[in-house]
Amino acid sequence: MTAIPSPRRISRPRWLTAPLIVGIALILFWLVATVAAPWMSGFAPLDMVGRRLQPPSWEHLLGTDALGRDVLSRVLHGARHSIPIAVTVVAVAVAIGAVLGALAGFIGGFVDTVIMRLVDITLSFPPMLLAMAVAASLGPGLENATVAMVIVWWPVYARLMRAQVLEVREREHVEAAIASGATRSRVLTKHILPLCWTPVLISATMDLGQVILLAASLSFIGLGATPPTPEWGSMISDGASQFYSWWVALGPGLAILTIVLGFNFIGDGLHDYFDPRSK
Amino acid sequence: MSAHPPLFEVRDLRVAFGRNGFYSEAVRGVSLQVDHGEVLGIVGESGSGKSVGMLAALGLQPEGARVTGSVKFKGRELVGLPRRELRALRGARIAMIFQDPLSSLNPVMTVGAQIAEAVRLHNPDLSKRAALDRAKDLLALVTIPQPDRRLQQYPHEFSGGMRQRVMIAMAVANDPDLLIADEPTTALDVTVQAQIMEVLADLQARLKLGLILITHDLGVLAGHADRVAVVYAGQVVEQAGVDDLFARPGHPYTRGLIASIPDMTVEKDRLFSIDGTPPALGRLPEGCPFNPRCVVAQDICRRETPPVRHLPDHSAACHFAFSAPESAA
Repeated sequence: MTAIPSPRRISRPRWLTAPLIVGIALILFWLVATVAAPWMSGFAPLDMVGRRLQPPSWEHLLGTDALGRDVLSRVLHGARHSIPIAVTVVAVAVAIGAVLGALAGFIGGFVDTVIMRLVDITLSFPPMLLAMAVAASLGPGLENATVAMVIVWWPVYARLMRAQVLEVREREHVEAAIASGATRSRVLTKHILPLCWTPVLISATMDLGQVILLAASLSFIGLGATPPTPEWGSMISDGASQFYSWWVALGPGLAILTIVLGFNFIGDGLHDYFDPRSK
Repeated sequence: MSAHPPLFEVRDLRVAFGRNGFYSEAVRGVSLQVDHGEVLGIVGESGSGKSVGMLAALGLQPEGARVTGSVKFKGRELVGLPRRELRALRGARIAMIFQDPLSSLNPVMTVGAQIAEAVRLHNPDLSKRAALDRAKDLLALVTIPQPDRRLQQYPHEFSGGMRQRVMIAMAVANDPDLLIADEPTTALDVTVQAQIMEVLADLQARLKLGLILITHDLGVLAGHADRVAVVYAGQVVEQAGVDDLFARPGHPYTRGLIASIPDMTVEKDRLFSIDGTPPALGRLPEGCPFNPRCVVAQDICRRETPPVRHLPDHSAACHFAFSAPESAA
């Protein structure tokens, strides 16, 4: 026998990279928190359980806020607001955007022009500004913030979906399907759309983190969650006025950091998985 | 038997592409005819308009193309037929096979589901079960082993030749009268090409199909076509029975194509090729469109468009067809 290649331990598939594992772990943690926050935290999020503005200690791992509430408990409960909102916003935005984008790409002509100019107009505003304007006109509250964010976000998916449909519809199997007598709706639903979802899925995963960030931003400036809701953005806003009690803002800040990072890592992982050429 | 209209008859078909109100013709007055059980070969270089013409005949022209002339299927005019009626014909009475079997199958549907879909598109009352059974029979018909197992697989699990067999199976799923095969073997290995041509020829004979075989390889046609139409720059420059064409080519372009077929029995240093490239759309030379590349071109070829000269069952569009000067080529 000639030289045997040096043994390389293959313990996990190539696409399962370290960042992806970290991302999955982070997101799993926050998903568990969403469901099990009451059992994970030692205190109720709205109870004033100790003296105000206590620094982190064994009893209050992340300290207490200006009203003597346990910051860790509030951070954990915050997941119950942020994650369902993010999922709702992305799901509705994908639904609206994918339908309109697919129609624009497939039908073309006047329909395309109308939909895409609407997309252009929406995208020409800075997202934060548009979200603020819509949220402000609807009034504070997490529901209105959700609506505002859907309005900001659907055009992204419409554009993505349209580009994808335009690319796939030129492929030969689509022509073959038309040549075999398939109707237009059948061509779209059976032969084009199933090949369009990958970039939408990747983008949606990354956007979950971005939506959480935007939701927190809206709450930070008072257009999202209203006190005393334990929402990360408004908690940071509280912390901002207690500058020397750094721990009040640290907890929710870490929460946002880890969850956005987690979604981005997973999005990158999906990207590598579906498109192995991009290395 | 009474006189009946031919299966498929194309008269003066023209396809033009417009840009800024200025149209250039890619197909410039093609006339063809195919009958039941007949194999017509259409041969020409890339860009000669052979595919575009056949697609346009079925209403599959690219958006913005202008199609004029007449295309009759069993005496029924297809040009200008409403989309719904064309759709009912396509895949049912007239089927197509495309060049690249690798990309002509939907990558995210199993092969069985795709064939069953082709069947059910034109037989909506058929159950899914029955359509899959039919798919199995079709796979057996195109000699794919283990059709039961193959039905469950996706296109990427098939080799190129197997995929083209699947395409053929889909094409004949509804017992069409006419099959248009657009370069069915171009994307395949030479050894596989022969197999696919055998499958096609066998089906054509058994199902009494009218078959239009589009290719750029005269060699493929030699063994399989009954008649051949040679297309250059959007026009049929020569049309004849296959033996007649090889024996007495009337057009210098045809002679060039025949000379380009590599001969395995003779040792040669260089292979023959026709110099130059086909003219660009909308930039045709004066006179005969082939004159800049023609080895026997005379002054008249640069001035006047050649008339179509006829022998019995043989026609060629050349000033010197069937006469002199046959000096070179």
